Amino acid sequence: MKYLCLVYLESGKLHAVADRECLACGDGLRKSGMLLAAEPLYPVETATTVRVRNGAVSVTDGPFAETKEQLAGFYLIDARDLNEAIQVAAKIPPAREGSVEVRPVRELNP
Amino acid sequence: MRLVAVAATESVLETVNAVYVSESRRVLATLIRLLGDFDAAEEALHDAFRAALEQWPRDGVPSNPRSWLVSAGRFKAIDGLRRQKRFDPLDEAGAAADIAVEPEVWSGDESVEDDRLRLIFTCCHPALAADAQVALTLREVCGLRTEEIANAFLTPAPTLAQRIVRAKTKIRDAKIPYQVPAREELAERLDTVLRVIYLVFNEGYAASSGSTVTRRDLSGEAIRLGRLLVDLLPEPEAMGLLALMLLHDSRRAARTSADGDVVLLDDQDRSLWDRQQIAEGLRLVRQALSSQQFGAYTIQAAIAAVHADAREASATDWGEIVGLYDVLLRLNPSPVVELNRAVAVAMRDGPEAGLALVDAILARGDLGDYRLAHAARAELCRRLGRTGDARASFERALTLTRQEPERRLLERRLAELSK
Repeated sequence: MKYLCLVYLESGKLHAVADRECLACGDGLRKSGMLLAAEPLYPVETATTVRVRNGAVSVTDGPFAETKEQLAGFYLIDARDLNEAIQVAAKIPPAREGSVEVRPVRELNP
Repeated sequence: MRLVAVAATESVLETVNAVYVSESRRVLATLIRLLGDFDAAEEALHDAFRAALEQWPRDGVPSNPRSWLVSAGRFKAIDGLRRQKRFDPLDEAGAAADIAVEPEVWSGDESVEDDRLRLIFTCCHPALAADAQVALTLREVCGLRTEEIANAFLTPAPTLAQRIVRAKTKIRDAKIPYQVPAREELAERLDTVLRVIYLVFNEGYAASSGSTVTRRDLSGEAIRLGRLLVDLLPEPEAMGLLALMLLHDSRRAARTSADGDVVLLDDQDRSLWDRQQIAEGLRLVRQALSSQQFGAYTIQAAIAAVHADAREASATDWGEIVGLYDVLLRLNPSPVVELNRAVAVAMRDGPEAGLALVDAILARGDLGDYRLAHAARAELCRRLGRTGDARASFERALTLTRQEPERRLLERRLAELSK
C-alpha cells in the first residue's frame, strides 16, 4: 500500500534540519525498498496556483490559504499498513521540528 | 408429540440467545480477521446466527457453537461475495482469486482470544479520533447498539453513527492493521486502550453533565472491558486501572442519597460499600504494585485502596495518601493531582496547610476554571471560619458546575454557611 508522507514546517524552520540528514534518511528508506519518491520543496512564496474555470485558465500567486505551517516536502512510500507507514513517518527528520501528515494513496477507478 | 417439539425448539432458542450473549463478540472478532472488513464481518455474524436459528432446532446444537458460527459466518460471506461477483462478469477472475486467497483458517481458542485483543487494539488505534475510539470500542468490543451509546453519551444517534462509519472507513482506506502491537510499541498503545476504558468508566461514574450522577451501564461496561483486558493481557497498568475502577465503583451505593444527592466520601455510610469489589480491587493493586512496573492508574488505585481500608473516615491514613500523591506527581505532574494532594495535606496537617497549597496553585493561574478547585478552597476556608471567603469560592464553583446533583450539594453548603 502506498502512503504519501507530507512534511509540514513553519516558515522559520524550513532549514532547521540539515540537508545531509534528509539525504541519509532517503538513502536508508531506498535501501529498505520502501521509498518510491521523496523531494524537498522551495518555500511557499515561490508557489503558483492554477485553476481552470469555464475552460479558462487562471493563474495566481501563492496558495489560497495562509497557514502557519507550509508543505516543505514529501516522501512517497510503500508500506505494509498504516502502522509501518507511521514508523517510517516518525523517522523523517523534520517530524521533530514540524509535522508529517500520512495519507493513504487511492487507486483511480478506470 | 408436537408439544415436545415446541418445547425443544424453545429451549434451543434460549440456547441460541445465551450463545449470542457469550460468544457473539468473540465470533465477530475472528470474522473481522478472516474477512478483513468490519462491515462484512458484522453482516456475516448476523447471517451466522440466522442460520443457527434455522438449523439448530432441526439438527441439534453443535458441540462447539463458536467454531460452528465462525465457519457459518465465513461461508455466508464468501458465498455472498461469489453471488455478488456473478452479477459483475468483468470481475469474475478477481472473485475467484479473492476466494482462493483465504486467510489462515480459524483454529483453536488461543487465536480467538488473540482476535479479541486485536479488535480492542484496532478500535483504540491512536490514528482514530478519540471519540471514535470510544464509540467503536463500545460497539464492536462490548456489542452495545449505536442508540445505546448515543444515549449514554448524550449525543444524537446520527452523530454517533457517523463517527463509527468514519472510523471504519479510515480503518479500511488507510489500512489500519488488525493486530496486537509489537512488544516495543505495546506500552504506548496500551495507554490509548486504558484511556478509552477509563473515559467510558468516568462517563458512567460521574457524568460531566446531565441529571444523574451515575450512569451505571457505562461503568459496568468499562469494568467488563478492564477485566477482559487483564484476562487477555495481564500488564500491571491494566490491573491498576481495573483495581481503580473496582474500588471507585465499590462506593456507588453510598455516593448518592435516596433523593439522588451527592454524598461526599467523609459522610458516606461505609457499610454500603461493596466489600467483594474492594477485595478484588485490593488484590489487583497489590499484584500491580509488586510488579515494580506500574504507572499512574496503579498509584491512583493504591490511593483508593487506602480509603477502602479505612472502616470509618476518621481512620483514614492521610500520611500514606499524601505519600502516594507525591509518587503520582512525579509520575504524572498536573495541577489537578496537586490539588488532590493539597486536600490530603489539609487532612493530615490541618486546613491552613492545605489552603496555602490550593491558593498557590490558583495564584499561579492554574485551575481557575476548575470547579473542584474552588469547591475545595471553599471547604478549607469554611473549616478555618473564613465564612466570607468560603461563600465567594462556593459561588465561583457554582457558576462552573454543569451537573445538577453537584449544584444542589454546593447550594446546600452555601446555605449551611449562613446558619
